[in-house]
Amino acid sequence: MKKLLSITAVTALVLGLAGCKKDSDFLDVKPTTFLTTDQVFSDPNLVLTVLADLYNRQEDFSSLDGNSNDGAGWRTFADFSESFPSENGSSFIVQRTGWGYDQWRIDWKTAYTYIREVNLFLERDSAATQLSDKDKKHFYAEGRFLRAMYYFELVKRYGGVPLITNSLTLPKDITTIQFPRAKESDIYDFVISEAEAIKGDLDADPTSKSRASRAAAVAMECRAALYAGSIAKYGATTTAVSLPGGEVGVDASKANDYYTKALNAAKEIIAGTDGPYALYNNGGDPSDNYANLFLDKASSETIYFEDFKTGGKTHGFTTNDQPYSFSDEGGDAGRLDPSLNLVEQYEKLDNTFAPLATVDGSNNPIYYTNEDDIFAGRDARLAGTVLLPNRQFKGKTVDIWAGYVLSDGSIFTSDLAGNHRTLPGTSTAVQVVGTDGPINGLELRTQTGFYIRKYLDPTTGSGRRGQGSTVAFIRYRYAEVLLNAAEASFELGHPDDAATYLNLVRARAGLTTPLVAADITFDRIVHERRIELAFEGHILFDNKRWRIAHKVWDGAPTTLADVRSGLGVASHHSTQPWGLWPYKVYNPGNPATDGKWTFRETLPALATGKNLFLFGNYYSQISNDAIGANPKLVRQPNQ
Amino acid sequence: MNVSKIYKYFLGALVLASAAACKKDNYSAPGSFLSGHLIYNSDTIQVERNQVPFQIYQYGFGQVGPISSTFAQDGSFSEVLFNGDYKIIIPNGQGPFMWKQTGHGDPDTVNVTLKGSQTVNLQVTPYYMIRNANISISGGTASATCKVEKIITDANAKDVERVSLYINRTQFVSNTDNIAKVDVAAADIADMNNVSLSVAVPAITNPTQNYVYARIGVKIVGLEDMIFSPLVKISF
Repeated sequence: MKKLLSITAVTALVLGLAGCKKDSDFLDVKPTTFLTTDQVFSDPNLVLTVLADLYNRQEDFSSLDGNSNDGAGWRTFADFSESFPSENGSSFIVQRTGWGYDQWRIDWKTAYTYIREVNLFLERDSAATQLSDKDKKHFYAEGRFLRAMYYFELVKRYGGVPLITNSLTLPKDITTIQFPRAKESDIYDFVISEAEAIKGDLDADPTSKSRASRAAAVAMECRAALYAGSIAKYGATTTAVSLPGGEVGVDASKANDYYTKALNAAKEIIAGTDGPYALYNNGGDPSDNYANLFLDKASSETIYFEDFKTGGKTHGFTTNDQPYSFSDEGGDAGRLDPSLNLVEQYEKLDNTFAPLATVDGSNNPIYYTNEDDIFAGRDARLAGTVLLPNRQFKGKTVDIWAGYVLSDGSIFTSDLAGNHRTLPGTSTAVQVVGTDGPINGLELRTQTGFYIRKYLDPTTGSGRRGQGSTVAFIRYRYAEVLLNAAEASFELGHPDDAATYLNLVRARAGLTTPLVAADITFDRIVHERRIELAFEGHILFDNKRWRIAHKVWDGAPTTLADVRSGLGVASHHSTQPWGLWPYKVYNPGNPATDGKWTFRETLPALATGKNLFLFGNYYSQISNDAIGANPKLVRQPNQ
Repeated sequence: MNVSKIYKYFLGALVLASAAACKKDNYSAPGSFLSGHLIYNSDTIQVERNQVPFQIYQYGFGQVGPISSTFAQDGSFSEVLFNGDYKIIIPNGQGPFMWKQTGHGDPDTVNVTLKGSQTVNLQVTPYYMIRNANISISGGTASATCKVEKIITDANAKDVERVSLYINRTQFVSNTDNIAKVDVAAADIADMNNVSLSVAVPAITNPTQNYVYARIGVKIVGLEDMIFSPLVKISF
């Protein structure tokens, strides 16, 4: 009984104590399943996780792990007749006759969701009380960098867009948050001024090149100013592509101002003010050196990249594009095949242009002893960008040849890659076509006679689906800064400076004969960018800002004569991706040619479409949904 | 549960379903046919297929978005719509012609009240017209003559960039769809009243064909859409 009494007393005491707790404390339970804004913005490591998400959602036109519009990474590099997509499900890329007005856009909602989240991040960061001033400032600068980058991606596609720099709350009257489009020049000005404003708060020698740095901000400014300058200058040639309110098009009088800004930004990086950057040059074979620049993450040339990591985020670019015959994954290979249109553009070592010699003056085939002899004496970036026939990847030689040519000129081949057949007049079956193609319509092998080499990862197992590749995608690199400087110098009337900058990039690529001021033309500038920055996501936006896209992709069929001519001419048309097919000669009666190699330019049978770029394609369509929701948005011109 | 019970349920469900089907549906499909041509005075304007767009708007149903479509090669269009009030425009910068504009520079509208099928011709002012086009083939060469008449001569006038002759094996004939073409730059034309062009007709195999379709086109400086002469089928 006594015991019972004491238990009751203790219980009553405990209950009484509990009852003393304030009701509000009792009911206010801290959630254990998520962190509140205040909690996150009190610890720099937690802020970094928010920032990491924003970094991860940056928009790239071309990207090794793909983007929201085109899906798989390799496909974001295809198109524009610079390559052929060797995957049946992607044949549409070479079968369409032009692009829809809505092509290349970033979904409006996705875009402004991102902008809003960055704005919220900035507001919360500046309101944080428990972060050190140093951290707050750095995070703030990184957030502004990401926002400026995103606006740059938007202005490249849409021209002027509503410039929203703070988070909006839903008011009673929706019209108060319906903002009209800013001028195209306003958005470029915003990107430029943001870069100037934040560069002092960012590190000149960052620990990670996948985070914003001083040089990344200045490189962004440099590119943005160059874009704005060229739109101002060349926009005058296509007056139909403009809007009276300036939402599309930049006033021609601003060209020099923008070019000057671009040049100054480039000079700042070149002078080393923004950190130690230099062209990647480890000696050795210039082709290998050029290819390694994209593989070596310690490269001093990289300014800002999207990094990948085993155990974190990896991508399938190597899986999708490795040569078929030694693919790590049977049946996953060979999708991105560079076109002959691009390959023909690589100069000879004496800085002149010439088509690859397949026939002599009287149209008779030329015979080569080795399969890759035809590519001898070319710009080293050719072999660094493109995996040529008879060249190696992962220590194995690619087996690219389309069949035998018999003495009468007829072709003896097979529809089955690597198939063995009996040649006429013999009794033993021999291989009659390469295991890596090319065979018309046979996907996952090359159909142009080339594979891609840029970004192709030689690491063991990088071609496996499960493992993936960790090669980084470089968004800004030093060579582009030099090319920007060259273009800005040229446009500002200093071809001598332009030649100096170009020569730096060209010497690294093995072109040791320097260009002189008299060699520098608009075509030269365009050509150098097309070659140096091939498959880096530049060609569409470059051709757009120079207003030559409607000439290059004019919708007319591309003939063999077109492929062989107009080399190094900026506006030469290129609407269908051609290939160069190697053939082995079988002519036992003539030892001079028997066993040698000959080449035929071939338009892949699937390439039935022709690229047609309309005035209405210069700026992506703002969707009817977006315009319906905000009638203040002006429609794009010619749409 | 035995079979007869299942059958009973099934029968019940069937009765319910058929009863529901008696309910009035949302709307019947649109049935009014709106069609017409691009015309200048009484002449139809020939364009490239699928390249010159027009937009039809209907107001009064919340958010407004256009019904977008393009003109056929002979300048005709057709849409199946519900009865109602519509506004038709051609976006700025499209077509080898001038479309009326409002004072603000926006494309002006053509109002259409649709009650049953209706033909609406869209009156436009082309920069140029191709007159008296004559295309013939002899000895494997197609020859064409025409007169290029300048229609707009005021401050809005634009120059000719080139005159082209296109040949194709199908009836779609343009810069994009052709098997042979010849371009003559405006600078090389002495007299726009008397333009002559000729191009070799390539051998047509697989399958062989003893006729081709041909048109003459005029490209105007600063415009991407060309104006064409009427399509002709030529046997040889």
